[in-house]
Amino acid sequence: MFKIIKAEKLAENIYSMIIEAPRIAKSCEPGQFVIVRADEEAERIPLTICDYDRSAGTVTIVTQVVGASSLKIVGLKTGDCLADITGPLGRPSDFIDEDIEEVKKRNYLFVAGGLGAAPVYPQVKWMKEHGVSFDVIVGTKTKDTLIMEREMEEVAGDHLFITTDDGSYKRHGMVTVVMEDLIKEGRKYDVCVAIGPMIMMKFAAKTSLSNGIPTIVSMNPIMVDGTGMCGACRLVVGDEVKFACVDGPEFDASKVDFDGAMKRMALYKTEEGRAFLKEKEGLTHKGNCGNC
Amino acid sequence: MIEVDMMKKVQVREQDPKVRATNFDEVCLGYNEEEAMAESTRCLNCKNPKCVEGCPVSINIPGFIQKVKSGEFKEAADIIAESSALPAICGRVCPQESQCEGKCIRGIKGESVSIGKLERFTADWAREHGIKPEVKAEKKGKKVAVIGSGPSGLTCAGDLAKMGYDVTIFEALHKAGGVLVYGIPEFRLPKDAVVQPEIENVKALGVKIETDVVIGKSVTIDELLEEEGFDAVFVGSGAGLPKFMGIPGEQALGVFSANEFLTRNNLMKAYRDDYDTPIARGKKVVVVGGGNVAMDAARTALRLGAEVHVVYRRSEAELPARVEEVHHAKEEGIIFDLLQNPVEILEDDKGWVKGIRIIKMELGEPDESGRRRPVEVPGSEYEIECDTVIMSLGTSPNPLISSTTKGLEINRRKCIVADEASGATSKSGVYAGGDAVTGAATVILAMGAGKAAAKGIDEFLSK
Repeated sequence: MFKIIKAEKLAENIYSMIIEAPRIAKSCEPGQFVIVRADEEAERIPLTICDYDRSAGTVTIVTQVVGASSLKIVGLKTGDCLADITGPLGRPSDFIDEDIEEVKKRNYLFVAGGLGAAPVYPQVKWMKEHGVSFDVIVGTKTKDTLIMEREMEEVAGDHLFITTDDGSYKRHGMVTVVMEDLIKEGRKYDVCVAIGPMIMMKFAAKTSLSNGIPTIVSMNPIMVDGTGMCGACRLVVGDEVKFACVDGPEFDASKVDFDGAMKRMALYKTEEGRAFLKEKEGLTHKGNCGNC
Repeated sequence: MIEVDMMKKVQVREQDPKVRATNFDEVCLGYNEEEAMAESTRCLNCKNPKCVEGCPVSINIPGFIQKVKSGEFKEAADIIAESSALPAICGRVCPQESQCEGKCIRGIKGESVSIGKLERFTADWAREHGIKPEVKAEKKGKKVAVIGSGPSGLTCAGDLAKMGYDVTIFEALHKAGGVLVYGIPEFRLPKDAVVQPEIENVKALGVKIETDVVIGKSVTIDELLEEEGFDAVFVGSGAGLPKFMGIPGEQALGVFSANEFLTRNNLMKAYRDDYDTPIARGKKVVVVGGGNVAMDAARTALRLGAEVHVVYRRSEAELPARVEEVHHAKEEGIIFDLLQNPVEILEDDKGWVKGIRIIKMELGEPDESGRRRPVEVPGSEYEIECDTVIMSLGTSPNPLISSTTKGLEINRRKCIVADEASGATSKSGVYAGGDAVTGAATVILAMGAGKAAAKGIDEFLSK
């Protein structure tokens, strides 16, 4: 059992939790994720690590309600316990293991869409701590769905660009519009890291790649064990089948088959897809798989 | 009284195939006291027992069978416990026909003694009568870490605890048991009734189990040795990543690895309404492969309501699955499409599996495995309709441990290199066994390796 030190609502259906998990806090790095199980009957759900405190032995996770198992997680309060949290899983971001002097020579562009602000945050925090220059774009549907503005502002300052699809707050338009604007202003980037919904990553990567910027995306396919045993998270990267849990979750965007990956996600996320799944899964369809 | 034909095994009771095809209850019901005592009269109590040689953990088989014969079941259980920590599991899933029973002298002219069913009876009797293993050894004051709580890890941990070591098992999943819990289905190996009590027995020996710890990620082997005060480590982390065929359409929705399909059903209990995890409940399922895992996946899909075909590229004689499993599968209505191999998975407009294109095969010259190599028959391709495809083609080793442990040698197949007799690896203090070393094999071979490594670790730490 893992104690919840603090549970907090960030936006409608989006909650943050600080969890006591000393082993994970000690070893996790930006880019990695955890698998959480709320209780005995719940699914194992992969969630990104949004922050960590090595000395306090805690990690922060952000959960968006999408089904019964994630609803169970956010239903837990400060002082309650999660049945399980396992990790850190996946490979850390590339820059963690690179020569820091090389990394410092680069200018990074981070692009976060929606919930993607959570996994992007520890990366920009790392950049700030290591004196690497960067800009970060945070895009969201509308003002009310924006998360982690204060935390981002603290580490990014003037390098933070917030945009809303409906123009209700700060800039108006998709993240790709801001990307184009910044590039037109003459800003030069050596690496782009785009994290968010699959469709947003597809178009963000298209924008950065067409401007000649090498781009990394973080894939979030369905997982069960998260340790390289079940193969549920397989993706085609280049011509190879890769497992997001052990080979990823971050991949070179120019090699990712977004349409193939989205095909599967779409099935779980649309009304039609859900009805289809219900038919396919028959009596075992719980309609609450965390991906529906 | 049961009349015993010395040439034949006392028949074991099983659930009717038609009934069991619709439930997840155990197929084999096992012997009762009377049947076990009757079967035990068939043992010749050989002076030079071949059966023991055939057992990877060298159980004193004639010894325990003689105790069953005289109705001294506790004593029988004590004899098995000297060699095996998991008898109720082994009595169910060991391939006895190629091990102990394969060597049985009775088996030369008639049927061998039903050693597996007698072991199972004895272990079940002991559990039902609340008999727990005892620890007598003095504490050695040394700590051993065991990675993985599958058959090799549990065995190694149990043996080391009996010798007086302070043992902690680290398990990556939320539940202990490894393949016994996520892989082998309930109908072959009941989880709450059989696996859990045997794990509790290992814990009763003083073994601690820490779940949710992924070695190589949460903590490394080097950190266990250098920072957490462990004096030795046993790696029993299991087989790893599922293999796929690399044919077109394999990314279609409705294509699963057997590992995923079985994990959803067994570990996550997707077949039960009270658990959240879903599973594809196909109408027509094709399982590709012919091993025990393929049989488990096929029989699980059948129980979820599907018509199930097993597609295997060689003939029945080469099926790697146990004969008993194939027999049970056929009884339940699994259709075997032998000497056939998939070449493409067909998708509908939503990207879901709608069929599979298959080519017929014939057997050619023997290959390096000694089995006749299957060769495609030109122009024999045909399509069958299906909505789910389960790939059961084996696994390749997981790199999590080998890539994060300094000085741990792996071989060409990326398995950890370990000495068969002692489990010693290229790194001092680190031992390994089970599927992580051999690639996918059986529960009992993993247990044998766990046992050998416990001995190896004891020798190392006694120096």
